[in-house]
Order: sequence, then structure tokens, then C-alpha cells
Amino acid sequence: MNFPAMKAIYLWEMARTRRTIMQSIVSPVLSTSLYFIVFGGAIGSRISEVDGVSYGAFIVPGLIMMSLMTQALSNASFGIYFPQFTGTIYEVLSAPVSFLEITIAYVGAAATKAMIVGIIIFLTACLFVPIQLQHPVWALAFFVLTAVSFALLGFIIGIWADNFEKLQFLPLLIVTPLAFLGGSFYSISMLPETWQKLALLNPVVYLISGFRWSFYGQADVSLALSLGMTLLFLLACLWVIHWIFKTGYKLKP
Amino acid sequence: MPPILSIRNLEKTYDGGFQALKPLSLDIHAGEVFALLGPNGAGKTTLISTVCGLVRPSGGQILIGGHDNQTAYRQARRLVGLVPQEMPTLQFEQVRDLIRLSRGLFGLPPDETLIERILKDLSLWDKRDAALKELSGGMKRRVLVAKALVHEPQILFLDEPTAGVDVELRRDMWRIVTDLKARGVTIILTTHYIEEAEEMADRVGVITRGELILVEEKAALMRKLGRKELKVELAEPVSVLPDSLSGLGIELADEGRSLRYIYDAQGERTGITGILNALSDAGLRFHDLHTKQSSLEEIFVDLVKDS
Repeated sequence: MNFPAMKAIYLWEMARTRRTIMQSIVSPVLSTSLYFIVFGGAIGSRISEVDGVSYGAFIVPGLIMMSLMTQALSNASFGIYFPQFTGTIYEVLSAPVSFLEITIAYVGAAATKAMIVGIIIFLTACLFVPIQLQHPVWALAFFVLTAVSFALLGFIIGIWADNFEKLQFLPLLIVTPLAFLGGSFYSISMLPETWQKLALLNPVVYLISGFRWSFYGQADVSLALSLGMTLLFLLACLWVIHWIFKTGYKLKP
Repeated sequence: MPPILSIRNLEKTYDGGFQALKPLSLDIHAGEVFALLGPNGAGKTTLISTVCGLVRPSGGQILIGGHDNQTAYRQARRLVGLVPQEMPTLQFEQVRDLIRLSRGLFGLPPDETLIERILKDLSLWDKRDAALKELSGGMKRRVLVAKALVHEPQILFLDEPTAGVDVELRRDMWRIVTDLKARGVTIILTTHYIEEAEEMADRVGVITRGELILVEEKAALMRKLGRKELKVELAEPVSVLPDSLSGLGIELADEGRSLRYIYDAQGERTGITGILNALSDAGLRFHDLHTKQSSLEEIFVDLVKDS
């Protein structure tokens, strides 16, 4: 393995975060705080409790997950799209670096950034509502798995996209609705029965359910199913990336 | 000594079915400057990109320093530096950071002394902390050269190094190439400026429609294909060529003020003596005559036209 090269890409990507600190860190924290004020404060005050947890506290795992997913996705897609757009990708592709190393470096950096944002949101949430973390190890596992999976998905989108419109299109039109409908702000059991069944087709439901379980010990679906689906999603992304590198899709004609 | 770069039956057909390279073989010797000439779309960039690992070959083999660039790509790529044709846009990063990244990508430990030397050699030291977007086009191109050199490659590819730059900068680039050659770096450059090849190259390859139609020592190529032109400036203009001069391949030029004759300088008989005699027989007086060697450009245009 060419570790120095992976480190070089990783640090380069992390340095980009420092240069765009407002965009990378401040804006997700601001928007999440607004969610707390609107959903936790204004609306939450009219909803007493969900499964024995105050509404404000109930939405915390969902909010963290939502930010984690969107951040991992946008960081990774932008991270690999940008050098293609500027034309600097040639350098990475002509260096003695394997595709696996390229993926680990870019995806690792994107996941790291997303996790930093996730932790900041968690700490911000602690200021607003009392939070319990019943299963910290499981929480960490879902946290990391989700960050990595969505960074992989973002990496795929970044390679697939050949303009900024496409780069925005998938996150905006697919991922954001899935995250909103995945139970960030409510328990799936609060939906009408038909919608509950439909909701189970949404992979995000399993991520949020598993993550919320590690906080409050309650879940929409079983822990095993949550973990299984998360891993399945991860494997699906890995398979697509494997195919991309095998065929050279868009990167190496 | 075995060639530092050996290309055997390399071919490339893109997914759309376009055959960019027809089976092509080429050996590059260590330390030489090789100019790859060809019109736009001839396959120059595809050839370079395939050697550098940016394009997957459809067939054939590329050995760089004896390493196969597909199966032993790490060893092969370590020997190669690439200065691409397209200028990266929108860079906020500082020059020195960009150079450090390039070295890191090759898995090498930081070497600030080397970076300083390269930046100084390329007159970039004063700009080391400037953002790339603040630099002029010529400076940016030098940054690309610095990035390609920072892992100390043995072979440097320059894809259209002087496309769209002014004369001063072009001379500057030529000086850089000369310096690198003196250090023992093998240089392969693509260009469609013939004067560039004429100025710098030891050998010239001509590629057109994906076919390498000729590889020759530059001097030999000039000798072999170089035709000369004899121009005789007449003391008094003539409207028609005298009969004694017809059939010798002479043309009237400059509205009858001069005669033009094209001949092969390598030929056993150039025909010049005969022409001078015929001029004297016809009573034509002339006040000057000069000969001109055809340039690589003219040779090139002929070659591409013929193929």
C-alpha cells in the first residue's frame, strides 16, 4: 500500500475543509440549530413525548444522521468531482496509487469531515435538550458505518456527475427526501399503516432506527435488521466502486 | 542499452468505436528529446495518456524502464512525470503546497531542499506562497512542470508545452527542456509547432490518424526529406520563360522578376549547373541567387498530406 500517497490525498482534502470552514462546519451547525428551534422548540412543545422520550431529545439521533448523510455525501462527491472539473485528476491517476488507495483516501476524508460535523451537532444538541446515550459502542458503529457508506455513495455520484447540476441533483432529489422520510423527525409507527410498509423500502429508516436505538433503546425495526441493511448498503456501494474501477468508467477511458 | 520506454503494438479504440491509435511500436532511448508531431486529433495525447496510465490500452504492451505499465504500474509510473496539455482551472492552493502534494502522491517523503531547488530553477521561488489563480498563464505552466519534476522522474512528458503561449515564454520553455536534458532527463514532447521540434528534438516522430508514419533522427530527416529551393533574381523581368529553359522544372515567380527551381539537395545531380548554363545561353542576366532548405514544417505538411 502507498500509505504516504493516501495520507497526502487525505490531508489535502482535510485542508480544503479548513479553507472553507464556514461552508464545511458552520453552516450545518447553524441549520441544525434552526431545526432544534423550529421542530424541537416551536412544534416539539405541542408534542409531549414519543415513546417516553421528549420530542426535542427524540429528534437528536435523526438530526445527527441527516447531517452525517448529507455531509458525507456532498463532501465525497465534491471531493472527487472537483479535481475532474479543474483537470487536476490526472495527477492522482498517473501516480503510483491504486484505485483502492484513492478510494480510501477520498472516502476517508469525506467521512471524517462528516463525522466532525456529526459530533459538533451532537454537542450542540446537548445544549438544547437532555440526551442519554444507552449504547455508545453501537452508536459509534452506526455513526461510522453511515458516514462511510454515504461517503462511498457520494464518491460514486462525484464520478458519475459530469456537471454541477448532476452533482446537486441526486442529493437534492433523492437523498434529502429519503432522509426526511426516513424518520428523522418522527417514529415510523406514527405513520398510517400503508405508509409504514412503504417506509420500510427506504434504507435510511434502518440507519436512523438503529442509531436512535443506541440512544434511547427504542427502534422502529430490530437492531439486527438495521445493522444488516446498513452493511448491505455499504456492500452495494463498494460493489459499484469496484465496477467503476474495473471498467475505468469515466475516470479512465 | 535497452530503451527506457518501449511501446509494442500499442492500440487504443475508445468505447464509442473511435480508433485513436492503430497498432504502434516505438522505442525511446534514455536521455533523448523526442518530439511527437502531428495535427490535432492525430492521437498524440492518447499515446501519452496511455503511457502515463490515464487511458487504458486496447492492446499491446508498454515497458517503462523495463516495467510493464499495466502489471507493474507502481514501478513504471514512478519513472514518469507528466505535464498535461490542459491547464487546471480555479486553484486557490498555494504553489508550494501543490508541489508538496505531487511528491506525496508518489509516496515520497517531503524534501524541502529539492522543492526549493526546483522552484528556483523554474523561477518560481518568489511565487512559492502565491495562490495558483494569482499567477500568469506562463507561471502556471511552470508550476505544472515543477509538479511533474518533484518526484524526480527519469522520463518527462510535455504535452503541447507551448500551446497558446507567447514567444518569450516559448523560448523559456525551450531553455527548461535544454536544462533538463543536460541533467539526463528523457523528454518526450508533443507539439504541432514544427519550430519547437526543430529547436529541441533529437528525434522526431510523426503521427497522423493514430498511425506513427515516421520516426527519424531530426538531422537525418531534414537531410533525407529536405528539399531545397533555388531562386534566381533576374536583372530584367520576363513575361514568358525562354524555350531553352522549359522542361528543366523552372517556374516563373514574382511576376517574372525571378525564377524558382526546387531540387533534391541529396540527389546525385541537382541540375543547377544545367540551369545556370541555360540561363547564360538564353541571355538572361541575373543580379542575385539564393537557396533555401525546406523547414521541418514543409516536410511535415508533405508527409501528412501523402499518408
